[in-house]
Amino acid sequence: MTPYARRRLVNAVVMALSVAATGFGLLWLALVLWTLVVEGISAITPALFSQMTPPPGNSGGLMNAIFGSIAMTLIATLIGTPTGILAGTFLAEYSRGGRFGEAVRFINDILLSAPSIIVGLFVYEIMVVPMGHFSAWAGAVALAIIVIPVVVRTTEDMLNLVPNALREAASALGAPKWKVIVTVSYRAAIQGMLTGVMLAVARIAGETAPLLFTALNNQFWSSNLNAPMANLPVVIFQFAMSPYADWQLLAWGGALLITVTVLFLNIGARLLASWSTFKP
Amino acid sequence: MSPAAMVATQSMPPIPNRSTSAAGLRQKVQMHDVNFYYGAAHALKYINLTLHDKSVTAFIGPSGCGKSTLLRVLNRIYELYPGQRATGEVLVDGENILSPGLDLNLLRAKIGMVFQKPTPFPMSIRDNIAFGIRLYERLPQSELDDRIESALHRAALWDEVKDKLKQSGLSLSGGQQQRLCIARAIAVKPEILLLDEPASALDPISTQRIEELIDELKPDYCIAIVTHNMQQAARCSNFTAFMYLGELIEFDETETIFTHPKERRTEDYITGRFG
Repeated sequence: MTPYARRRLVNAVVMALSVAATGFGLLWLALVLWTLVVEGISAITPALFSQMTPPPGNSGGLMNAIFGSIAMTLIATLIGTPTGILAGTFLAEYSRGGRFGEAVRFINDILLSAPSIIVGLFVYEIMVVPMGHFSAWAGAVALAIIVIPVVVRTTEDMLNLVPNALREAASALGAPKWKVIVTVSYRAAIQGMLTGVMLAVARIAGETAPLLFTALNNQFWSSNLNAPMANLPVVIFQFAMSPYADWQLLAWGGALLITVTVLFLNIGARLLASWSTFKP
Repeated sequence: MSPAAMVATQSMPPIPNRSTSAAGLRQKVQMHDVNFYYGAAHALKYINLTLHDKSVTAFIGPSGCGKSTLLRVLNRIYELYPGQRATGEVLVDGENILSPGLDLNLLRAKIGMVFQKPTPFPMSIRDNIAFGIRLYERLPQSELDDRIESALHRAALWDEVKDKLKQSGLSLSGGQQQRLCIARAIAVKPEILLLDEPASALDPISTQRIEELIDELKPDYCIAIVTHNMQQAARCSNFTAFMYLGELIEFDETETIFTHPKERRTEDYITGRFG
């Protein structure tokens, strides 16, 4: 075999393996989505959005759980995003090479990979126990603790990708540091930073463990943030594990709902980012 | 108030300049025993140098000789990075810009810089220019538009972009981007322009336009340009400084440097015997 033929053969083999690996990964994703749609589509009815979680054998929907999930995810994002972006900005723009920054980065990485059940237990100890009851606030705080490290990490990574030449150019015009960060660095990194926030939202939208210890669940409608609140992941957990067919169907519907919502949030964030930044 | 005026009001009264060069030009920048360090590395060694107003000074020398570093001392842009420091004295209109209390933002507004690679900001062409102006001046819309237009005119870019001011600065070609950066630098009305190999990433036609531009800007600014291109230095500068291994080997009028250099090393370099 000539060296050239050999090189072509190696190329073909590696190419085939890469395509196969990609296909293998996508296959499972497609299967998950397919199963969700097949099993859950019949549960997507007006009643799902307009009725409360029912006792077994009764008809009902997930209205209280949907509201609870939206409320807690929203509060967690509102707490976690600014905190995460500011901390990420500190790491990328103010503490390069600094000892304190190194320590913060290390701790953040630990937090990033901490099991979410630990976060749930932690918030249970610092909020639920002193307050004496489960509450939506505790749930939101637990979710925010999961959001922060994700946003810190992506913000720092994206800001590190902004070329220093751009910062120099802005500084050379006489721009103070904060102005360079806000008007130049953020603008260049906004797409990645938004993606980071979306990733964090997608992650907490499906988190069950931290909510089990904090917001718990509620069979009835409640918009009181100081009381236990229903939410999709815990309801799905409870209903899917039950022996009742109608509860299981609702669980499928809820799972499909979360997945589709996260998908559209991602598409929305990408559109938003492509409108707000200029591409070469 | 213009940035230059703001610098002037907070600075000491300028020392009158009695000394002028043979060409009768006012001395704008005087460097006295300037040393520069990247951490422990000694990058500039006891530089003594004068830049004249309304003229172009070219810095030539082999890679790593400290040309760019010298430029970066003049607007103290090196301060963005910890571990880099300069000692000595750099007088701009008689005021030492290396003194610790100086407002760096005001200094940089007075001393414009253009880098080797074009660095348009990720915003529209118009906003790229407006960015610098808005930092220190509150102008009514019409006046701002006039300033943007005249800056683009001066940078010889207006005709090419007048219909697409709202488009991204990144949509321009490399040569256009570099002229945009020059327009951005002169829009804030600096007194000194530092050009760090402004044409080295550009094709010959764009390079020629940049050189023409430097010629047009010469009557109004004190310009310092770093270049690897000897012809470029010969074509567009009044004075030339030859640097080698962090030292200033020779400084004189460009014609003298290129025809009767005093130093052997200068002659060897410009005739291509080393470097």
